[in-house]
Amino acid sequence: MLKKVKRRYLALALDYDGALDSKEFMATVWNAFLKLYGEYGASRTGLTLIDYDAEKRFAIIRTVHTAVEMARTALASISKIGNKPAAVHVLVVSGTLKALYKKIQG
Amino acid sequence: MKRNYADLHLCPNSKNFEQVSLMIKKASGLGYRLIAATSQLNYIGEIERLKESCRETGVDFASRLDLKPRTPNELKHNLRKLRRKFEIVAVICESKNVARQAAKDRRVDLLNFPSLDFRRRFFDAAEAELASKALASLEIDMKPLLTLEGPLRIRLLSNLRREVDIAQEFCIPIVISSGISNEYLMRKPVDLAALTSLFDLDMVSAVDAVSKNPIAIVKRNREKLSPQFVAPGIRVVRKGKDC
Repeated sequence: MLKKVKRRYLALALDYDGALDSKEFMATVWNAFLKLYGEYGASRTGLTLIDYDAEKRFAIIRTVHTAVEMARTALASISKIGNKPAAVHVLVVSGTLKALYKKIQG
Repeated sequence: MKRNYADLHLCPNSKNFEQVSLMIKKASGLGYRLIAATSQLNYIGEIERLKESCRETGVDFASRLDLKPRTPNELKHNLRKLRRKFEIVAVICESKNVARQAAKDRRVDLLNFPSLDFRRRFFDAAEAELASKALASLEIDMKPLLTLEGPLRIRLLSNLRREVDIAQEFCIPIVISSGISNEYLMRKPVDLAALTSLFDLDMVSAVDAVSKNPIAIVKRNREKLSPQFVAPGIRVVRKGKDC
């Protein structure tokens, strides 16, 4: 029988000067995964962008629960977006979106 | 119990005080409760200013000296002269002789190996054995992991993996520091710990390396530098004629 996939939602704060659209942001995240874990490793993360707010510099991504530490590592390794210095900080990790928003507000 | 996190190696430009205060504020926001910045000898007066700035943001500040001696004798001379003026003394080991002397000297807190060249990183089993009999810890700066790419990062990771293995075999505490001079490279302590998984440090040891180990060094040295300290295990409890 197929195992149910457990997911984790990560709320992210983006530290970046200038405008940044969601496509550029996700390209950077994928690139960080590819550099550290290769295509095979990246394929096992189930990475998806759930929410992105360019003004508030806030994003939510989803990953499978086994890849949370990989995601933390890859996100921490981002030091540039384009040619500009940047940083991505993980604010909260949660199992459901509802709980994630609750934790952010709390 | 909530952990306190520490970053013992910030390298701000001490002439640019605005940047220094920005980094202190950011460190506080990221969850650090103790930071240490490298001091240049000409700027000893700056330490008080930094401490004041840290006090305002609720972060504890420890003074740190980075020694980069060329010979073991120069190292001993500098330690004799400066050890009691700083809470943390790190030695940047760029030659084997200096690395060996630093490892066996009980006045040295941190051993740092900055070179990317495999042949110039001197943390091997002999070095670890000497360090295990003294008090030195192995300091790993995360800045090169964030800034390097490609073959250089691959080689660095392989060196770090070997050094971490050796350190754990000889029970040498590992301290993970940022070593950064730019606020964009600052990371949360848990994210720094996550980065260590790249060189196979387990999560428990990694979290200790950003919390328990650095805080223990500062606590030990503050005790030693206090006027009540006489010798390890002996301290002045009371002074006066009735003693």
